[in-house]
Amino acid sequence: MEGIRTHILVCGGTGCMASESEKVIKNLGLILKAREYKEEVKIVQTGCFGFCEQGPIVKIEPDDVFYVRVSPKDAKDIIDEHVIKGRIVERLLYKEPSNENTINKQEDIPFYKKQLRIALRNCGLINPEDIYEYIALGGYEALGKALTEMTKDAVLDEVKKSGLRGRGGGGFPTGLKWEITKKQESDVKFIICNADEGDPGAFMDRSILEGDPHAVLEAMAIGAYVIGADKGIIYIRAEYPLAIERLNIALKQARDVGLLGKNIFGTNFNFDIDIKFGAGAFVCGEETALINSCEGKRGEPNYKPPYPAEKGYWGHPTCVNNVETFANITAIINRGAQWFASIGTEKSKGTKVFALAGKINNVGLVEVPMGITLREIIYDIGGGIQGGRKFKALQTGGPSGGVLTEDNLDTKIDYDSLIEIGSMMGSGGMIVMDEKDNMVNIAKFYLEFTMDESCGRCTPCRIGTKRMYEILNKITSKKGTMADLDALKQLCYMIKDSSLCGLGQTAPNPVISTMKHFWHEYLAFIKDVDHPQGEGKYVPKNKIGIKS
Amino acid sequence: MKIKSIDELRKIKEQYQDFVQLRKQGEGNSEHVEVLVGMATCGISSGARETLNAFVTQLAKEKIVGAKVISVGCIGYCHAEPTVQINIKGQKPILYGNVTEANVSKIIEQHIKGGKPVEDLVLQVDFERA
Repeated sequence: MEGIRTHILVCGGTGCMASESEKVIKNLGLILKAREYKEEVKIVQTGCFGFCEQGPIVKIEPDDVFYVRVSPKDAKDIIDEHVIKGRIVERLLYKEPSNENTINKQEDIPFYKKQLRIALRNCGLINPEDIYEYIALGGYEALGKALTEMTKDAVLDEVKKSGLRGRGGGGFPTGLKWEITKKQESDVKFIICNADEGDPGAFMDRSILEGDPHAVLEAMAIGAYVIGADKGIIYIRAEYPLAIERLNIALKQARDVGLLGKNIFGTNFNFDIDIKFGAGAFVCGEETALINSCEGKRGEPNYKPPYPAEKGYWGHPTCVNNVETFANITAIINRGAQWFASIGTEKSKGTKVFALAGKINNVGLVEVPMGITLREIIYDIGGGIQGGRKFKALQTGGPSGGVLTEDNLDTKIDYDSLIEIGSMMGSGGMIVMDEKDNMVNIAKFYLEFTMDESCGRCTPCRIGTKRMYEILNKITSKKGTMADLDALKQLCYMIKDSSLCGLGQTAPNPVISTMKHFWHEYLAFIKDVDHPQGEGKYVPKNKIGIKS
Repeated sequence: MKIKSIDELRKIKEQYQDFVQLRKQGEGNSEHVEVLVGMATCGISSGARETLNAFVTQLAKEKIVGAKVISVGCIGYCHAEPTVQINIKGQKPILYGNVTEANVSKIIEQHIKGGKPVEDLVLQVDFERA
């Protein structure tokens, strides 16, 4: 440990690993060895830096130099030029797309400038497979403090005062959820971490688990202490092999040092965590379906009430929180509710992690304070639209959300403002569409997804989404009529009103919101039977448009 | 080893702090002391690598957390290699020549800790930087 003068941090998130970051690490190691610098320089595989578009990312510390798009071939120059001779490898620096200026330091890159990292604080900084690095940065202190210096009510009070709301999408106050579960009288209670991230294009939870698994484990233990559980479950989809591997390593390490198990921190608090794998069904992100799946039953939702807080896993009171929600907990305990509540808007506190995807320059993972505008996210952090094209729409909330248009770009986003403008926060996927995208096709894409993912338990969702998809297909193949548009609209509201769970209740949202904002694109597909002027030239003769 | 109390946890934290400190220092603000070691071919052949490692080890030993050691390229004073420049915020950068391993502790004691440059090692910088 002593005498190490340089750390080479290499991103080991799924995105960067897909672009050969493991080979970069291997090559760096081989060259270091050949040049006999192994004793002075350490290579650290970290979690996701978030700047996936520019991956693989390599950062040299303490020099604070940020290299992007590093291929395995570049390892030689990084060692020979930078590490040995102290010369920055100019060609690997980030270049601003607008003026081709190169930028050395991570914090000077516009992508990072407006970000505030709470949930992602350790991602890209520590080696997620080493518990001691987590401890060195203050890890497990919040748990120690909670167990030895704070009563359950004091911890609960902190979380409540912080104003933290569920980051999985619903935005239910986390403190309140804990309080309800805590109040239940039962010898057996459970705390579950919902890592079933299913929105197309969303990868916030995966990156947190890959980059900082201990933050989630520690927060689960704190939650368990408050509600009175001694057993936790992480429900994660089997499609996240790297996150699962790192979780397993983290669990083993935490057990080895006694931070999980019996008599944690010398108190009489016992807690351990199991991992359960999901098969990747979208509906299992819904908490009752998730619990059913954990019990080995079909992943179908139940009627609520009873809520899981009253009757959850095997009928016992169960608290289900999302990965990102947990990732905020330790920071709240360590730095205080007041600090956390000072960030964000009146009713939405703290930050939110978004996965930027689609036609945007800087695809990646960003964490921003609540109340930031969409314009700042898309143009300042995201670097604008690919190829200099025009922004058309943004889908938030995944298949349950809606599209936002140019008119919404200056809205300060939080849970409530997004609902007001016809979308929702959702878990944090943000898909950007440009002028070339057809919005009817986008709506059809999302509907195909929900149709596939409908569990089939209730009729409106099972059959309704199928019918909607068929009508959309008819429209996009230019065989639709005005009557089809009407039927589509009716189906939307019928499914919304009569479905059992959130999946069905929100499935029509992409269609409703694209109809509202891009009605003309639907019309362009319609063949007008009464006035056959040819496709795409329909002039509406009366207002059958959507209620506006 | 099992961690049985918060004090034990803090002990482990301290033990590993130096290790991650290297990375934390990189984070932005230039309130730190910067030790720039010329590590071009001429520097390395005159022992700059040993000098650099001596800085890293001794700074860690002295628990000086505000200082970061960075290797830089050739500065042109090949006659006086290894060269080391010390940047302390608010002060004029000082360039030293012939900084062998033996001189490292002197610079740390007098300059970095005491704030007084080691005069007999200072190189007069007589060029302007663009």
